[in-house]
Amino acid sequence: MDETELRRMSTGHVFCVIAVVLSIYIPTLFLDDFSFLGTHLSWLCICSLCVIIVHILFLLTLKPNASSKKSSLANKFNKLTKSCIYFLISCFLFHGIIVLYGAPLVESVAETFLFAVLLSSFTTSRCLCLLGPNFPAWVRVFSKDGALSVWDHSLQITTVCSVVGAWLGAFPIPLDWDRPWQVWPISCSLGATIGYVVGLLIAPLWIYWNRKRLTYKSR
Amino acid sequence: MRRAHVLLFLAWVSILFYSGIWIFTSGFLLMRIELNNQSSCSDLPNSSPQGPLQQHPGACWLPRRFDKAVIIIIDALKYDFAKYEPGVADPKLYQNKLPVIHQLTQSQPRNALLYPFRADPPTTTMQRIKGMTTGSLPTFVDVGSNFASYAIQEDNLIHQLVENGRRVVFMGDDTWNGLFPKKFYKSYFYPSFNVKDLHTVDNGILQHLYPTMDSGDWDVIIAHFLGVDHCGHKHGPDHPETANKLTQMNQVISSLVEHLDDKTLLLVAGDHGMTDTGDHGGDSEKEVMAALFLYSKSPLFSHELIKEPGPVPQVDLVPTLSLLLGLPIPYSNLGAIMPDLFSWPEKESRVSAALTQASAFHINALQLDRFLHSYSLAAGDLPPDKLRDLKELFSSLTSEYEQLMSEWSQGSGTESEYETRLQHHIHQVQLYLVQARAMCMESWARFHPLRMITGCAILAASCLLCYLAAEAGMALDLSSKFLLTYPLFGVLGAGALLTFGKWLSLIEWDSLSLWPLVIAASQLTFFYSFWKQKQLPVRLRLRRISLLFSGPCLILIFRCGALFSDSFVVAEGHVAPFLLMSLLILTVSKLHWDGRLIIPTLSPLGGDSMKLTLSAGYRKDGPLLLLLLGALTLCVRLSGIFHNCREETPDCHPSVFISPLSNVKDPQLKNLSYLGCVVCLVAIVYLVRKWLQHYGNLNSSSALVLYIRWGFPLIAVSISCYWALSAGTEDSLARLRDLTQLALVAFPRAVYSLAVLGFVFLLWNPVTVFMKRTQDSDADNTVTTYGGAPGSQAELLHVIPQIYRKMQRTIKSRLHHGTDEEEEKKGAAIEAYGLGSVYSAAMIVVLFLLTLVLLLLHSERITPAFLILLLEAFVILHIHSHVQNLYCAPDSSGQFSVPWYAVIAWALAGTQWFYSTGHQPVFPAIHWNSAFVGFQEGHENNIIPAVLVAANTFSAHILFSAGSSLLLFWPFLCETPSKKKRGKKETEEAPLMEMRLRENPDKFSGALLQLGTKYLFIQGVQLLSCVCAAMILRRHLMVWKVFAPKFLFEAVGFTVSSVFLFLGIVLVLRVDNAVMSWFKSLILQQQR
Ligand SMILES: [Zn+2]
Ligand SMILES: [Zn+2]
Repeated sequence: MDETELRRMSTGHVFCVIAVVLSIYIPTLFLDDFSFLGTHLSWLCICSLCVIIVHILFLLTLKPNASSKKSSLANKFNKLTKSCIYFLISCFLFHGIIVLYGAPLVESVAETFLFAVLLSSFTTSRCLCLLGPNFPAWVRVFSKDGALSVWDHSLQITTVCSVVGAWLGAFPIPLDWDRPWQVWPISCSLGATIGYVVGLLIAPLWIYWNRKRLTYKSR
Repeated sequence: MRRAHVLLFLAWVSILFYSGIWIFTSGFLLMRIELNNQSSCSDLPNSSPQGPLQQHPGACWLPRRFDKAVIIIIDALKYDFAKYEPGVADPKLYQNKLPVIHQLTQSQPRNALLYPFRADPPTTTMQRIKGMTTGSLPTFVDVGSNFASYAIQEDNLIHQLVENGRRVVFMGDDTWNGLFPKKFYKSYFYPSFNVKDLHTVDNGILQHLYPTMDSGDWDVIIAHFLGVDHCGHKHGPDHPETANKLTQMNQVISSLVEHLDDKTLLLVAGDHGMTDTGDHGGDSEKEVMAALFLYSKSPLFSHELIKEPGPVPQVDLVPTLSLLLGLPIPYSNLGAIMPDLFSWPEKESRVSAALTQASAFHINALQLDRFLHSYSLAAGDLPPDKLRDLKELFSSLTSEYEQLMSEWSQGSGTESEYETRLQHHIHQVQLYLVQARAMCMESWARFHPLRMITGCAILAASCLLCYLAAEAGMALDLSSKFLLTYPLFGVLGAGALLTFGKWLSLIEWDSLSLWPLVIAASQLTFFYSFWKQKQLPVRLRLRRISLLFSGPCLILIFRCGALFSDSFVVAEGHVAPFLLMSLLILTVSKLHWDGRLIIPTLSPLGGDSMKLTLSAGYRKDGPLLLLLLGALTLCVRLSGIFHNCREETPDCHPSVFISPLSNVKDPQLKNLSYLGCVVCLVAIVYLVRKWLQHYGNLNSSSALVLYIRWGFPLIAVSISCYWALSAGTEDSLARLRDLTQLALVAFPRAVYSLAVLGFVFLLWNPVTVFMKRTQDSDADNTVTTYGGAPGSQAELLHVIPQIYRKMQRTIKSRLHHGTDEEEEKKGAAIEAYGLGSVYSAAMIVVLFLLTLVLLLLHSERITPAFLILLLEAFVILHIHSHVQNLYCAPDSSGQFSVPWYAVIAWALAGTQWFYSTGHQPVFPAIHWNSAFVGFQEGHENNIIPAVLVAANTFSAHILFSAGSSLLLFWPFLCETPSKKKRGKKETEEAPLMEMRLRENPDKFSGALLQLGTKYLFIQGVQLLSCVCAAMILRRHLMVWKVFAPKFLFEAVGFTVSSVFLFLGIVLVLRVDNAVMSWFKSLILQQQR
């Protein structure tokens, strides 16, 4: 159990949480009449952007999956384009899944798509940063004995929490309370964000709690 | 006979559930028969009013006292709002906000009076409007001639006003529009649904009220204000908004008084009160006590009355108003007149006033007696002995009245003595009226909490019982001692208790209090003997709380919890598919998470090797499952197209596919839709035949296979002909009309009879196996004979798998040699020509026949929905069988137990398709026209239409519960050839498929029992939550609009489901029997 690794991860998580929180407050300084509920679409954009930027910074500074061999520039470029394509595919995939789950097909396409982007930035972009555009590795991480490092565990926890949060966020929509946050997709994006933040916060705690049980055989 | 035990056990469990439903319903659902008789001016026998009223010629039952009336109904105006108490030290916000009432009663005591106005439960607005206009005690289900609309069929005040030529102007709550469609001379309706909106209705009324009054173009004005009620619901009574609203009402009343003339009666009434939280619906004192304020410019009362009169029952308003306005009392009225208002003409002596009262009361009593007589003829729910007593009382009162009247005309006796006798008589009549009303109330308008709780408890215990039986599964002792005792004990207990009750005739035991005891006794014996059984795995599993948080369980909890919220019940059509998709996605994800999708590789390095072999070692089931999930979500999403709407969701537009094809105006669109429906129908037929062909069940020459080959297309043709005719009935030529009418009856009946024929063939010989005998005998092919007695059960068990394998080997070897080209092509028919799928094939045929019949009952354009339904069921079964086969080996006993998630998914799909075939759990959404498919001229009795409508409404329940045994068969069907014997022998063992069930008859029976109890448990838990929701929320605003109809639909749906589950299992056992005899004859042939 690598204590320093865990500490580095926790700081990274704190930065992610700060990014999410700031995405609500910072834009009010620059944009007039910006509010979480009122201009939800722009919040969705800003939040996704913030989270993606933090994830990339993460990748550059903390280097969670630092590979020993140096890769060439062409290789890096190749990886980057692949990552972008993966991210786009995941956005469209999420959009499709959300629509199949019952979101309106024709109306509020922009809302649905931006919600899909938000979900992708919570889940896919993190996967891309931590694992790279390496699909078999993703499949491995998301199985019972697949986690090989603390990073893999935190990835598991945040991804599952974000998706579950989004899923739970759909529950208040049918209620007849007539609250502004019951409008599609606010409650879901709220749920996803809360899930993501909660996941970020509990992941280090959970790993610390189970540090005896978790032994990573190889890196 | 193990199988008989299984059936008996399931039947017993179903009966337990039915008893629970019945007992709960008897306590919760207040029922009454609606009479359609109408009163009219001419029809009251021998009641010419005597005394001073005689000189009014042309009067109706009684001469009218007021020409006009203004009836103001302030929703939820409780008595506390209207009562003026200046002395209160710390007044609530709502107190003393209607001072005008106090001023009028003080300054003009003979012209104004405030009464407490006692409403009858249920205190919901619609029921109260019904009560205040019919004078009856409306219950939730008023069994009348028409379920489809809420319109009042009974005789009522509005009807009488209109019949007698009065102009009735209405403004306010649009509930009245539904109750009295097209009755009003003029009307201004405003939507009542939005409880949050405090002002729309009231402001709308105020816009029209005074102009209408001043125009003079009216006889009766009814205005129904909703603001106070909505304030209550939104904020509660003790809130500044409510105070403001009451102040506004105060203004309304005072300006109304200024607009009145001498011959107009002003009446301000609340339809019910409210609790301290602002709700209503139940029978607590605060909900029941409304206010009634009467005012007129001319004196109402002959003398000053006491300031605080006793409460007036709400139904009393109807006879009082009718007689005051010179109308006949509505036929079904149960109220008594308010005597204070009938002491007129006041200029003469006190005797004349008493005579008027006596005449009015006599008319009232006559009317009530006539109603009780007609009602007791129509329904049997009034206690006969009490009815008899009342009848006697009435006849004695009539003779007394006649005697008094004759004495009056003779003029004998002193006036004061005569008056006391009159007063005494009036008192007697009042007593009679009160008693009659109390009797009706007793049987119509009272919840029975004890019965409700008993029903709930029985349902809960039955659910627990199902759960225990299902969890015990194979470990459950299927012996007669264990399974037969309880039903038997139940019957014996019933008999014993009955004789005991008869013997102890002191206590009045009716069946409703006796039956729960019997049920409880038989349940308790089950629990006791269950607990006594040793080594049950259930005991351990019960203690594991963590089980509660497993995915399927959580989904089930969400599902049941959603039934407690009216919003979620309204949105259930979206909730069920949401949960269904989540459940299956969760299941597949868990499969991946558990690493079941990765082919295990044996390597000494353990976990490390996983990374290396990952891409190569991923099973092809993974992508396939993803594909299936995609297909499932697509089906689920498409099913949303066929949703119907209910009135709680105003933005919703009902699907165009629900309306019949004949409603389509555009001929091109009509033709196109027709074509689409026929294509879907053909697709269904084609797919089912393709399936049967794939598994080789279409090769035999038995009657059933012939029927499948020729009968199916024939049914499809009949259905499409029927559609074509019914869609174009209006366009047909006049001389062809008779012919089309005949055909419209003939085609559906042909479908019905063909379907029945199919069922008969199926029951007669359900084995669709084709045997091809070959002469070559290999050493390999000989069946080792069993040493025991030939033809015995044990021999069958020993020989059958061998025969089965042998048959497959022969076919395969012939295929390998490739002599016959045609055989080569039928590669799919290898599976011994349908022996491996003999159970499913019969099931599929039944489901298909049911689908066609149900399709006929729906509107034509729902056909695509049925196609998608079948596809979705197919996809669910496939997902289930893949998951099942990945979790346990085909020959392990785990295969025999259908996991919970599959049963929950199956039940959820059933619920989803209830909505997606265009249904909603409300009465106006029932498709009544399905009762006339094949019966154009109507029916003689009520049974056939009831069956047809029920089949239409619960078609999804029928299909999914009848087909639930497919959940057991499908994993066997999708069994992949096992490759265990690799190495020396290259032959891979052919899958046994459903013959594994035949191999283990005991396990098979156990599996069927387990499946049945699991399915009943899931349905039972849903029913239980509906029942609890209806019971706990019986004060809720939406109880009669949402929860009670939902409970009724769920209860009937449960009954239909359990019956068809039972029938499905009976069918499976019939097939099993037939397969066994088929093998027997095979063995006999072999031995020869
Ligand atoms: Zn009301
Ligand atoms: Zn109300």
